[in-house]
Amino acid sequence: MNAIQSIGKRLRDFSQSGQLTTCLIFLPPALLLFTVFVTLPVLEASYYGFFNWNGYGPPTKWINFGNYIRALSDPIFHNALFNNLLVVLVSAIIQVPLALSVALLISDRTRSSVIFRAIYFMPYILGEVAAGLIWRYMYDGNYGVVAVIYSWFGLEAPQVLAEKGWAMAALLVVVIWKYFGFHMALFVAGRQSVSNEVLEAAQIDGANRWQSTLHVVLPMMRPVVVLSLFFSILGSLQFFDMIIPLTDGGPSNSTHSAVSYLYTFGIKRMRVGYGSAVGVILFIICVLVMVFYKRLFMRESEER
Amino acid sequence: MDNRGGLFRYYRLLLLFLLAGPTLLPLWATVIGGFKTTGDLRTNAFGLPREWIVDNYVEIATSARFWQMLGNSAFIAFVSTFLTVLVSSMAAYTISHMRFAGRKWISNYLALGLTFPFATAVLPVFIRVRDLGLLDTYWGVILPQVAFNLGFAVVILHGFFSQLPRELLEAAVVDGCSYTRFFWQITLPLSRPVLATVGVLALVGSWNAFLLPLVMINSESIYPWPLGIMQYQGQYGTDWGKVLAYISLTLAPAIVFYLMAQKHIIAGLTSGAVKG
Repeated sequence: MNAIQSIGKRLRDFSQSGQLTTCLIFLPPALLLFTVFVTLPVLEASYYGFFNWNGYGPPTKWINFGNYIRALSDPIFHNALFNNLLVVLVSAIIQVPLALSVALLISDRTRSSVIFRAIYFMPYILGEVAAGLIWRYMYDGNYGVVAVIYSWFGLEAPQVLAEKGWAMAALLVVVIWKYFGFHMALFVAGRQSVSNEVLEAAQIDGANRWQSTLHVVLPMMRPVVVLSLFFSILGSLQFFDMIIPLTDGGPSNSTHSAVSYLYTFGIKRMRVGYGSAVGVILFIICVLVMVFYKRLFMRESEER
Repeated sequence: MDNRGGLFRYYRLLLLFLLAGPTLLPLWATVIGGFKTTGDLRTNAFGLPREWIVDNYVEIATSARFWQMLGNSAFIAFVSTFLTVLVSSMAAYTISHMRFAGRKWISNYLALGLTFPFATAVLPVFIRVRDLGLLDTYWGVILPQVAFNLGFAVVILHGFFSQLPRELLEAAVVDGCSYTRFFWQITLPLSRPVLATVGVLALVGSWNAFLLPLVMINSESIYPWPLGIMQYQGQYGTDWGKVLAYISLTLAPAIVFYLMAQKHIIAGLTSGAVKG
């Protein structure tokens, strides 16, 4: 009885203090919106994924794992996932190291550093669609940068975005251009949080600039590198907006990402069942990647 | 730290300039390209126009359709940002300060939104929006956008709110201040920087959003700019002079906003990322 009485008392306190009213006014909007537009759709996707359904009327044609089998055995989908992986690799091998080294050069408060930071960050705030169109122009063999470079050698420029071997590479260049500044800004913030006292201590111990960067600053930047790669992975899994204006997945479906694949083969053709199944696959990949990545690299203090 | 050798300084600047070139070149070529004739564009992609053509810019800037499109984007972005900040701060406030069982559960529930991108559930969201009769309206974009923002917004705000001194709240309550009033008059004003962070993230995300409006909106009259620009490009193809002018004018608001509040935007987008 005591337990029940104490629960009763706590409830009475809770409601008399006005906390209950506050909860009843403040929580429902968030919970409702989140449930209706996030949770339920994810659950529904896993249900619709078992149907052959065009979205009209109730779903009736149950086809078991048909959609999943089809997606997982589609070479275009494999290629799309591979392209996602390429984005992560390019980011890890080129973008992140470059952003880190540049950040170390411009993380102080001098005027030149502030100006260059603003310049490098600029592409990141531009809408992906606009950025994609700008680069479509740059790559246009009759007009843009490629055309100019070829004309220096008196050659006819290829249509980079229309050639299978080149299109994906061209896309990756745009990815680096667009997101370099974001990673740099992360590293600048990380570098600025390394206290100067540590560096002064290193200097007193006789470390030169190069040594203190290598042995003091870089180890302290490890959590930021982990975070930066985390965002590359996250970004790659959502990669879509720039593909449409640049290549629309072509030539011959060689430049799709997982999301642009879902858009082209699920949404555009209103194959709700198939698109949902692809969405679920993507969802599982996201959750697995996040969980493993956090387990592996983001320990204790780095855990957010 | 400033005993830098002179040589180091020159190399540093050289490298920074070398990187700034390719960063800015596409933007320069775009803005300047809008002033060029087609012939000029073919032979002289990066130099100043041989003959300045302002027709492209004037034609677009005086068309109602262009302003309509920017207006649509602005409306969607501002309402979506406002609702994100409002709804998420109310939820974060209860999670941080109300003492009830299950608040941990609610906070974990909303944080689930961080683990997967919108695209994974886009088709069911489309069906839901259609069944609610919101297809082809502003709200069909705004509501899902707010819902998918809640994950990061609540996590960031919860982190900040729970660091506010609790004694403040307790003292105010003893003096007869209600919990709701405390929220409006004390918590929100104290939280301006973090609200700005959430706001910037939501605003930039919504302004640039493409997939969601692409799926939800059909009528040209409510196209936000990313849809409008794709349509314009489809219409004029490789008449790049026109298309480049159009891109430049669409980017202008974002760039002006960026240059005005650059420090806050960089801080918002990166610190938000770090906390989120």
